[in-house]
Amino acid sequence: MGKPDLSVEVAGIKLRNPVMTASGTFGYGKEFADYLDLEKIGAIITKGLSIRPKAGNPTPRIVETPGGMLNAIGLQNVGIDAFIQEKLPFLRTVNTPVIVNLYGNTLEEYGELAEKLDKLPEVAGLEVNISCPNVKQGGIVFGTDPNAAYEVVSLVRESTIKPLIVKLSPNVTNVVEMANACVDAGADALSLINTLTGMAIDLQKRRPILANMTGGLSGPAIKPVALRMVWQVAQAVKVPVIGIGGIMTATDALEFMLAGATAVQVGTANFLDPSAAQTIAEGMETYLEENGIADVKELIGALIT
Amino acid sequence: MQFKSMIISNIEVSPGYFKMRMTAPPAVRSATPGQFIMVRVRDAIDPLLRRPFGIFDLGTFATAYTDCGTQTYFEILYKVVGKGTEMLSTLHQGDHLDILGPLGKGFMPGDPSGEKILVGGGVGMAPLYYLAKEMVKTSKVRLFAGGRNKEDILCITEFERLGVETYVSTDDGTLGASGLVTEVLEKHLSESIDNKTIFACGPFPMLRAIAAIAGRHDIPCQVSLEAYMACGVGACLGCVMKGRNHSNETPDYRCVCKDGPVFDYRDLQWD
Ligand SMILES: Cc1cc2nc3c(=O)[nH]c(=O)nc-3n(C[C@H](O)[C@H](O)[C@H](O)COP(=O)(O)OP(=O)(O)OC[C@H]3O[C@@H](n4cnc5c(N)ncnc54)[C@H](O)[C@@H]3O)c2cc1C
Ligand SMILES: Cc1cc2nc3c(=O)[nH]c(=O)nc-3n(C[C@H](O)[C@H](O)[C@H](O)COP(=O)(O)O)c2cc1C
Ligand code: FES
Repeated sequence: MGKPDLSVEVAGIKLRNPVMTASGTFGYGKEFADYLDLEKIGAIITKGLSIRPKAGNPTPRIVETPGGMLNAIGLQNVGIDAFIQEKLPFLRTVNTPVIVNLYGNTLEEYGELAEKLDKLPEVAGLEVNISCPNVKQGGIVFGTDPNAAYEVVSLVRESTIKPLIVKLSPNVTNVVEMANACVDAGADALSLINTLTGMAIDLQKRRPILANMTGGLSGPAIKPVALRMVWQVAQAVKVPVIGIGGIMTATDALEFMLAGATAVQVGTANFLDPSAAQTIAEGMETYLEENGIADVKELIGALIT
Repeated sequence: MQFKSMIISNIEVSPGYFKMRMTAPPAVRSATPGQFIMVRVRDAIDPLLRRPFGIFDLGTFATAYTDCGTQTYFEILYKVVGKGTEMLSTLHQGDHLDILGPLGKGFMPGDPSGEKILVGGGVGMAPLYYLAKEMVKTSKVRLFAGGRNKEDILCITEFERLGVETYVSTDDGTLGASGLVTEVLEKHLSESIDNKTIFACGPFPMLRAIAAIAGRHDIPCQVSLEAYMACGVGACLGCVMKGRNHSNETPDYRCVCKDGPVFDYRDLQWD
């Protein structure tokens, strides 16, 4: 048997393997260039961008919890113009698709961002974040109300012809309803999940540890929730689903594919091990080889129930 | 870079404080004083995140096998405060650790003819030893060490062996002068500030007080900061401090891991 085929296609974007880096956990790519080969992963998804530079929340912004971490970065980012000037030139030199994650405080800002990004040939696709729990306006409002989600995704759809991925929040009672609204509005793919709202308390000081009081939970602790949601959504929609949440190893990634994911994103694992995404991709290849599976696509949704 | 180190020794140097010596790849020899490493305490999900530590010392030793030549080692000095440092303290010679580093921007040594004033609070002494070791080669070096009690005053004899003039103070007076290290520093500076530069590491309130002293006397001052870190490479934005020009409209956050941990005190907002 020759080498197994790890390539997949998501929203029209061709990936050499199903492993992407999750927004906000991989900077703008360059930060990790010394630790892994950026051309051995499927795609780079950049830190969530807004129209104007955004300050983010006061510190402390992160705290470790059992099996996970809470973050309340508050979407600090350089803004779209600085991204184009300062970050994109490096990304252009890397032969790996770059997907830009974006969010707006208002409906109009989402549209404006999509229009600006639409003009950049280096950007392979957009991932619309309607699910950040750490900003007061925007973000979460669009991500928890199907009508608002429909509206914002429709607007972005009108503003760009690029592949459009919508990133869903787990902080809802009915994730399938949200997924359907986004697909109806024109999403080419869905990624899930973003972080789960959580909290940590310092007993000694009787205070919340994060300056923002609450933060987003990520890491191995959220994997079972993410797997369940990916499984539910993948059955309900016709577009590809990207699985995110606590993926640390190739085994984790393959489980998400069985649950119905066409690709996966590696987040918190990048912090523990900056070469994690490449290691996971290589581990998937080894698994396919050892099990005589010629094509990773055979595993998508192949869960036996 | 990312590498595996073997622990050469891990000893308690004062109650609750440990010094760990590890092998390092030759590339680590280029580390500058003030840079740090991120340690994966255990190859498991608990503790999940790496723990940052300053480089206490760096050197080479001849290996037992002559054909292997010399090997680079480095040391960290750490205080047991929680889960991760507790686990580290139980590790033994021969155990291996996964490490990232050297990371961040270290101290800028500046004009060798000037006098170097090192100020360390508690375990903030850690990055100052390697700094002192480099600086005594060319400059006059004084160390002001402060802590709550005598157990917090670490490795003074090692500094003295380098030829550093040391001034010790403790809050409870159990060693050296009684009171805050910043009071002793201020007194020393009031005698003369001629061509002196301050290099400080310790708890945030101490650094803020030192920044104020440096401002009052208008002397150059570099501080090494601590922050909660997840990635250590400037990607997560968890470790930021407010830069000089920061406001909500003009965000000027500096990453402690990448833009620091050593900063010119004038580059930060100290409110
Ligand atoms: C650049 C840098 C260099 C450092 N160098 C040294 C060093 O040379 N020697 C040393 O002993 N320590 C150093 N520290 C602090 C050290 O990283 C923390 O003490 C350690 O991560 C605590 O881990 P833990 O699992 O034992 O504590 P946890 O169980 O995670 O927490 C216990 C308590 O420790 C404190 N703490 C946790 N993380 C940090 C942190 N990053 N900074 C400050 N306090 C923290 C908190 O108050 C917490 O309540 C450095 C930190 C930074 C950012
Ligand atoms: C520090 C941090 C910052 C993040 N920033 C963003 C962001 O800007 N946009 C976004 O859509 N998701 C963001 N996320 C969410 C991640 O992309 C991912 O959905 C989440 O962490 C779950 O995956 P994991 O368990 O593998 O980390 C962030 C997560 C972390 C930990
Ligand atoms: S620790 Fe992640 S940016 Fe500094």
